[in-house]
Amino acid sequence: MLAIETHGLVKTFGETRAVDGVDLSVERGSIYGVLGPNGAGKTTTIRMLATLLRPDAGSANVLGLDVASDSGEIRRRISMTGQIASVDEELTGRENLRLLGKLLGLGRKGAAGRADELLEGFGLSDAAGKLVKHYSGGMRRRLDIAASIVVTPELLFLDEPTTGLDPRSRNQVWDIVRALVGQGTTVLLCTQYLDEADQLASRIAVIDRGKVIAEGTPAELKSSVGKSVLHVRLSDAATRDEAERVLVQELGTEAIEAADQAAVAVGVPNPDRAAEAVGVLADTGVEIAGFSLGQPSLDEVFLALTGHAASEIDQDGEVM
Amino acid sequence: MAVGIESKQEADQASISTEAIHAALVAGQRPKPASGFSACLSFAWRSMLKIKHVPEQLIDVTITPVLFLVMFVYLFGGAVAGSTSDYLQYILPGLLVQSVLFTTVYSGMSLNTDLTKGVVDRFRTLPIWSSAPLVGAAFGDILRYVLAGLVVIVAGLIMGYDAANGVVGILLSIGLVVVFAFGLAWLFTTVGLLMRSPSAVMNTGFMCLFPLIFLSNIFVEPSTLPAALEWFVGVNPISHLVTAVRGLMAGSADGGDISLVFAEAAVLTVIFVPLTTRLYRTRS
Repeated sequence: MLAIETHGLVKTFGETRAVDGVDLSVERGSIYGVLGPNGAGKTTTIRMLATLLRPDAGSANVLGLDVASDSGEIRRRISMTGQIASVDEELTGRENLRLLGKLLGLGRKGAAGRADELLEGFGLSDAAGKLVKHYSGGMRRRLDIAASIVVTPELLFLDEPTTGLDPRSRNQVWDIVRALVGQGTTVLLCTQYLDEADQLASRIAVIDRGKVIAEGTPAELKSSVGKSVLHVRLSDAATRDEAERVLVQELGTEAIEAADQAAVAVGVPNPDRAAEAVGVLADTGVEIAGFSLGQPSLDEVFLALTGHAASEIDQDGEVM
Repeated sequence: MAVGIESKQEADQASISTEAIHAALVAGQRPKPASGFSACLSFAWRSMLKIKHVPEQLIDVTITPVLFLVMFVYLFGGAVAGSTSDYLQYILPGLLVQSVLFTTVYSGMSLNTDLTKGVVDRFRTLPIWSSAPLVGAAFGDILRYVLAGLVVIVAGLIMGYDAANGVVGILLSIGLVVVFAFGLAWLFTTVGLLMRSPSAVMNTGFMCLFPLIFLSNIFVEPSTLPAALEWFVGVNPISHLVTAVRGLMAGSADGGDISLVFAEAAVLTVIFVPLTTRLYRTRS
């Protein structure tokens, strides 16, 4: 049985179709990434699946239960970590976890024991008695995730869990998410970072303007824009067309639209040929300011899939 | 326990081993979620913890009435009532009411804070009675009302207030004010769900309360007012509450006055509980 299955899911806010016919199917026991820029409809989708919003059309099954009619039973088996860390700043970390433990039926003693166990496991023991408003972003996020697994859920929704975190905190969150999945929990991960989806997710749905525009494994998605991407920065923007023509010809590939006027990006099917192509370009007299070879960025995946840059998307569609 | 910014950095350097995470993840039995009643108790506990952690809120709303008390009694007492001690007798029950009623605005503010901080989202995805966070907080806030009331009464007693009906009168007075505050707080939780920020809730709340507090019988005898104003003071529920509390404090309570306060608190509750719970469940 699938952990999540949606067909033609729609949510409109006034004139905006925030979610416009989303189909998802998420296997149990995996991390499934939902990738898209701000305003793409990720948060709205996750809120419908977590029973916080009613869909306007379409169907959604979570753990085999219908979100419209079985929301109570779904709530017993899921947890959600929202985009903004949903912990109480005016309580201590320990009090936050105890409160949830009591609400989930662990009893006074059980809740206290479980709180200490989680604080220990998530490296928060020293800060357990401090008010959450004094926590750093990373600590807050870890507490937030701990709060979501006071009773281990079958399905965990994570909405942009590492946005705004430093790399070290981000890695800690990733470790925790991997460990959770190791224990059999299914995770639906919303993110705007291809990197994050790539690191964690076994499958990814790319969502844009309320629609799923691509779905597959991270490798499949990246191969849709070439295995690697060669970026060449030019000293003179006027030479861009010429540079693009040379590189495309040399590498036998396609150019990727770049937002930067003085840069060219092309897909590289065979990285061995990249250095050679840059050499040929230099020989034509085009002045090169710098070049790099790397994985495609989210922007490039987006450009390739949608024909517009992720950052161009208006923010109107983003709904709390 | 270490406190301060330095320890924040320190604590964040805590290494998290994969083993420790795994140990914390060992799934136990899925327990039966808390009953509606026990969930309410947990939320009431949460509300009381906040009084402990954020006492500033309580101080904010109690210092104003105490300042009012000192200022009005010593500055205007002689002019308004002939002597400061007579005016103290007149004004104290009213300032008790004022102090507690201002505190109810904070119920709306803290609900709005939960909403803007995303805490409501977490509560709404829990397998508990959906209104438990609201009902629990409403009962937990009663402690706040009692504390706010006591501060004013103690200040009054220090200044020489003569509570003719003694401790019983004081306790009954606080009890009656709490009953009314419980009803009024639901108005502000509704406001709390409609506004965009906690400070907007506070501004709206105080803007509603200030005219009602001043256009009541808290500060002056209504008979000294122009007819239109006297009429308004007469229909203002806050005047009814103040009249009943004066009676309880003096030992001359009128059953009709007290019943009216209960009726008004009931009307507030019946109107605004459904509104609050509905907005809470559907607010996206």
